[in-house]
Amino acid sequence: MIDSARPRVVIVDDHAVFRSGVRSELGPAVQIVGEADDVAPAITLIAETEPDVVLIDVHLPGGGGSAVVTAVKATHPDIRFLALSASDAPEDVIAIIRAGARGYVTKTISGADLVDAVIHVADGEAVFSPRLAGFVLDAFAALGPVDEKPAFDAELDQLTAREREVLRLIARGFTYKEIARELFISAKTVESHVSSVLRKLQMSSRHQLTRWAADRHLS
Amino acid sequence: MSAEEHWLKGHGPWQRDVEHRLVGGVASGIAARTSVDVQYVRLAFIIAALLGGFGVAAYVVAWLLVPATDEPTTIGSRALNDKQGVALAAGLGALLVAVLVVVSFAGAGWIGSLAWPLVISVAGIVVLIRNASPAEQATLRSLVEPLLGFTGDTTRGMTVMRVSIALVLLAGGLALLLVGHAQAALLLPLAGVTLVVAAVLVVLGPWWLGITRDLVTERQARARAEERADMAARVHDSVLQTLALIQRHADDPQQVIQLARAQERELRSWLFDGRPPGSLGDESTTLAAGIRLIQSEVEAQHHVSVETVIVGDCALDNGLIALLGAAREATVNAAKWSGAAAVSVFCEVEPAGVTLFVRDRGRGFDPATVPADRKGLAESIRGRVTRHGGTAAIRSVPGEGTEIGLTMPRSTTAVEQAAR
Repeated sequence: MIDSARPRVVIVDDHAVFRSGVRSELGPAVQIVGEADDVAPAITLIAETEPDVVLIDVHLPGGGGSAVVTAVKATHPDIRFLALSASDAPEDVIAIIRAGARGYVTKTISGADLVDAVIHVADGEAVFSPRLAGFVLDAFAALGPVDEKPAFDAELDQLTAREREVLRLIARGFTYKEIARELFISAKTVESHVSSVLRKLQMSSRHQLTRWAADRHLS
Repeated sequence: MSAEEHWLKGHGPWQRDVEHRLVGGVASGIAARTSVDVQYVRLAFIIAALLGGFGVAAYVVAWLLVPATDEPTTIGSRALNDKQGVALAAGLGALLVAVLVVVSFAGAGWIGSLAWPLVISVAGIVVLIRNASPAEQATLRSLVEPLLGFTGDTTRGMTVMRVSIALVLLAGGLALLLVGHAQAALLLPLAGVTLVVAAVLVVLGPWWLGITRDLVTERQARARAEERADMAARVHDSVLQTLALIQRHADDPQQVIQLARAQERELRSWLFDGRPPGSLGDESTTLAAGIRLIQSEVEAQHHVSVETVIVGDCALDNGLIALLGAAREATVNAAKWSGAAAVSVFCEVEPAGVTLFVRDRGRGFDPATVPADRKGLAESIRGRVTRHGGTAAIRSVPGEGTEIGLTMPRSTTAVEQAAR
């Protein structure tokens, strides 16, 4: 697949300096098809260019990155988003993941790692930075234990022991390959665990995760 | 000042008028209370002083017992708490009595009329010097020093002791002579010698005082210089390093805010709580705050980035403080020895305990062939946590990096101890 070898990328960030920095870091490994600096122009640009991956800043002046993700997902469900932010606020990060982004990396990421992350997202995988793994562990821990009586989506409301283990290793800074070696499983299995976590994060009871975010915001 | 003003001021308690004072404000206080011109009051005091010294004694007593306009309590009431000062005054008074007795025996009977005012004045002035407000102390010293030479220095304990010892010796010697030789006639030349010595003291006193004051000034200057150097070093270690880091992270507002906050917290705890920069708070800090403190410090001191991921948070107890100490040691080790540009710290708080990992992707080492010094550091990390019931595990592969894993149970008793 030629596209995944050299994915087409749109960068959405309100800082011009940062956009040019990302462009030079991504280098020839990807194909940059456009840049946008706000919500409305980003939605138009993405609809026009139909890229493989959109690198999106969590914080945008006209409504935040999650507004872009929600709007684009409605018409182009195949376009994948990788959130990129310097923000420490877990609620913003969780919000953009729940809107549909397939990963979150911090702006301090190295150029090579960023290229890696873009390619993984283009291939449909989930990219969890250590920080996102921490946020997710935090979010699911705050949801508390699920009732004994199996509710319809109980499975979605809590992580399995294995998933927690994988998340902890990501949070500790392990790569997928290192996690596979650590847990004596294949790298593909690691990826499926991460994807499963992502799915749970996106599908789980909106009410509880929203409340978690609100609690975090207050404290 | 108009008479009307005096009349208006005449109501209320008698207070020493600090605003219009020449010495202690006693005269101007009386003037304000009685509407008599202050110059007449002062003249009365001076005349009384010349007639047997009672004016001075009365003035000193009034100074002690009448509160100043800007102070709620009298110097006398404050002096009651100053046991040393009272003892000193009593001692000096007693010595003076002894000397006066000897001198009057020696023939200078006229001095007896001065005795009580003199004793009261000297004792009173000692108490005043120790307990008056700083402004009044300055006035006193400038008045007393040229007169008595040494008395003005009574605020300095060593000098006081030396003078007291000299007086005790003098009095003791005189007393012995008095007992040993019944003939009072022999004492006459002795009294003369005493007066000469006293005269020398009065003459040389100010000069000697000047020397000691120079010494004090010099010592203070040196202390100030040392304090400055200490402050400069600390400001360099913390504030300047942080500013440099902030410049490097200018494109990352979150990081800048974090650095600035960490620095602000550190600076505040140093300036207002007296806690030296770099020490972990042992109270009122949470585990997450402690880890962030380690992060900002190691980033500032070792120029590596420390990525922290913290899941959950809790109040610190003794075990967790030990855990933080070990985590800091591990982070500093990674920053210093691994050669890696980044160190990851992951901490998760669970109901039963806390796990913490410090990881670098540096050069690593073979745990089987650990150099002695690194083994020592590892022991200090391990020892710290095992003493509080925790565990430490070190994993390192040459070329791949090192990870220190720490655990610490959360015990309710430890929480209670920390709260106490």
